[in-house]
Amino acid sequence: MADMSEIEKRFDIHEIAKTKQQEIDKFDCNIYCCHSTGCKSSGSDEILDILQKTIEEHNLQEKVRIVATGCMGLCAQGPLIRVEIKGQKDVLYKRVEPLISRIIVTEHIIPALKLKASEQFTLPEVLQKYVLSLDLPFFTKQEKVVLKMAGHLNPEDIQEYMAAGGYLALEKVLKTMTPAQVIEEIKKSGLRGRGGAGFPTGNKWDFASRVKAEDSKFIICNGDEGDPGAYMDRSILESNPHGVIEGMMIAAYAIGATEGWFYIRAEYPLAVERIEKAIKACKKNRLLGNNIMGTNFNFNIDIRLGAGAFVCGEETALIHSIEGKRGTPRPRPPYPTDKGLWDKPSCINNVETLANVAPIILKGAEWFSSFGTATSKGTKVFALTGQVEHSGLIEVPMGTTINEIVNEIGGGVPNGKKLKAVQTGGPSGGVIPTEYINLPLCYDELKKVGSIMGSGGMIVIDESSDMVDLAKFYLDFTVDESCGKCAPCRIGGKQMLMLLEKISKGQATKEDINTLQQIANAMQKASLCGLGQTAPNPVLSTLRFFRKEYEAKVSKNKE
Amino acid sequence: MTDTSVAAQVAAKWRKKRGSLIMALHELQDIKGYVPWDDAMEMAKDMNVPLARIYEVLTFYNFFKLEAPGKAVISVCTGTACYLKGNDKTLEEFKKQLGIDEGESTPDKMFHLQCVRCVGCCGLAPVCVVNGKTYGRVTTGDVSNIIAEWRKKFEDEDKE
Repeated sequence: MADMSEIEKRFDIHEIAKTKQQEIDKFDCNIYCCHSTGCKSSGSDEILDILQKTIEEHNLQEKVRIVATGCMGLCAQGPLIRVEIKGQKDVLYKRVEPLISRIIVTEHIIPALKLKASEQFTLPEVLQKYVLSLDLPFFTKQEKVVLKMAGHLNPEDIQEYMAAGGYLALEKVLKTMTPAQVIEEIKKSGLRGRGGAGFPTGNKWDFASRVKAEDSKFIICNGDEGDPGAYMDRSILESNPHGVIEGMMIAAYAIGATEGWFYIRAEYPLAVERIEKAIKACKKNRLLGNNIMGTNFNFNIDIRLGAGAFVCGEETALIHSIEGKRGTPRPRPPYPTDKGLWDKPSCINNVETLANVAPIILKGAEWFSSFGTATSKGTKVFALTGQVEHSGLIEVPMGTTINEIVNEIGGGVPNGKKLKAVQTGGPSGGVIPTEYINLPLCYDELKKVGSIMGSGGMIVIDESSDMVDLAKFYLDFTVDESCGKCAPCRIGGKQMLMLLEKISKGQATKEDINTLQQIANAMQKASLCGLGQTAPNPVLSTLRFFRKEYEAKVSKNKE
Repeated sequence: MTDTSVAAQVAAKWRKKRGSLIMALHELQDIKGYVPWDDAMEMAKDMNVPLARIYEVLTFYNFFKLEAPGKAVISVCTGTACYLKGNDKTLEEFKKQLGIDEGESTPDKMFHLQCVRCVGCCGLAPVCVVNGKTYGRVTTGDVSNIIAEWRKKFEDEDKE
């Protein structure tokens, strides 16, 4: 634009993106080094240091760019480094040690950079055993929407996000769409809440937008990922914080929110730090504050931390916690969209839900709904852990079967053992035995077999695991985390746990199993919030599919 | 700077912001390592919050510590992935070697042992965290090394 002033240019996302892209294009080689919690704890800080030093020693700063990225997914094989040289095949290194990172520069990057475009470089033997084939089903079978930029982007650099098309969706929304059109697009996409319950996001926004705000209306991002064994939200916040912020801003525009809140677990310091930095960068680039992108849209974001209470993932408890109170839930209605934070209308969305928003706006609802099943659209990120060969973070279209995830992407159960079941939904979910191995994973199918989608934890269980013990493990967790407000959850959970302990010790009778089932059913119906209503699920589903294991433990005792 | 002024400073920073009590307590614990009773009282006064509110919040959330922990806080992850990979054995080993139960500190105040619910490194299970440093794929054999590493670190610091 010729009539753009210097100042406008400085804040124009297209200008920033163009300049940054030109800068990136100058490099012949990009080294992406995973700098997420998983790889950091395997030593990626030191590796980044060594890479930097080695590059400087060989005077390659003009040719080689080192990017500290978010999660690449295969956490069990970390630290991971991906080397991309123009004209050459990309190479992914696993379990990189400090010395190896130096050799990667001297024996791979330097000689490969000297080659002509037509020549392919052959890796020296010393490096070959560190190579992780990119043709593994782990990589080829995935479909990335939310995690697309993770692993290719420095999460702490807003300009890189812009160069990759960041904040274009926000611009499209602010300049060409009405709030109602945004809501319509999200409705059409079929996006459902990724926090667990799967409520249609467009409908939630619709309700929130219809409530009149006297002075303020809030949008809240639920980053209280408490399910032990699930870490997709941490990973998304760490690897693409701007993606979540952009989604939140679009949501805010759609529902007419004036302020945004991030509620993040205190156990995730790196995620908190990256969101803090991203908010600062947005303010500096005039993407937060008043008159964003020259429109009359005003918006600000603040952060509040959790403090180690699982129940705070429940939306009314979360609201109390942001207010600085004990995180106890309250009965609904009124729903938070009517009366939420400080009694103002509030819309609460999960991290992964918000991360899906910008891609939907940019590529359209039809593109998004081309993934998935009839009722569950798009992709889902799973934390694949437990007794599986390739443990890590994966993103697959809804409707992918358990078999594809565990045996193809996950590489099966290690040590020659047999698969017994997978567990989804964490302490609120259930186990799915091997007879359902071809079950397509989506909200409705999982419900049919007594489990839930949950936030996306998927635990692989092999034949050596004791299912009664597993049920006890989960119940122990929920009993510990019960806030104690309502009796069914407070007392029912404890009673069930005592019965399970009795069963484990071989002191129970058959009648105890029936009592266990009765209490579980009552607790499901009578508890105040989602925690209590779903806490019996692990027990009920193990009873449903592995009742024999319970009975084997009581068979010695007559009546 | 006396101890009490830390609470006053934190209170001054957060007093005017909405819903800031938990944030203020986090900051206090970051600085002091726990939330001392005297500081909580001072903060109640400065932030104009009833002491009972602070107490109910402190005791509800298990992230807050009311007593001074040992210098090295050992957190053993008890998330599902770590449980399946046998982190209970690691916990037992720590208990045995340090001679304390979970939630306790050694008499010399050097180590504090606690369980945490998932630190989000399930790919590295089983996991332990000591003062922010994460140890992945921990075996019972690693326990003595971890303890020795931190003991040496503190001894070296004392020498300086």
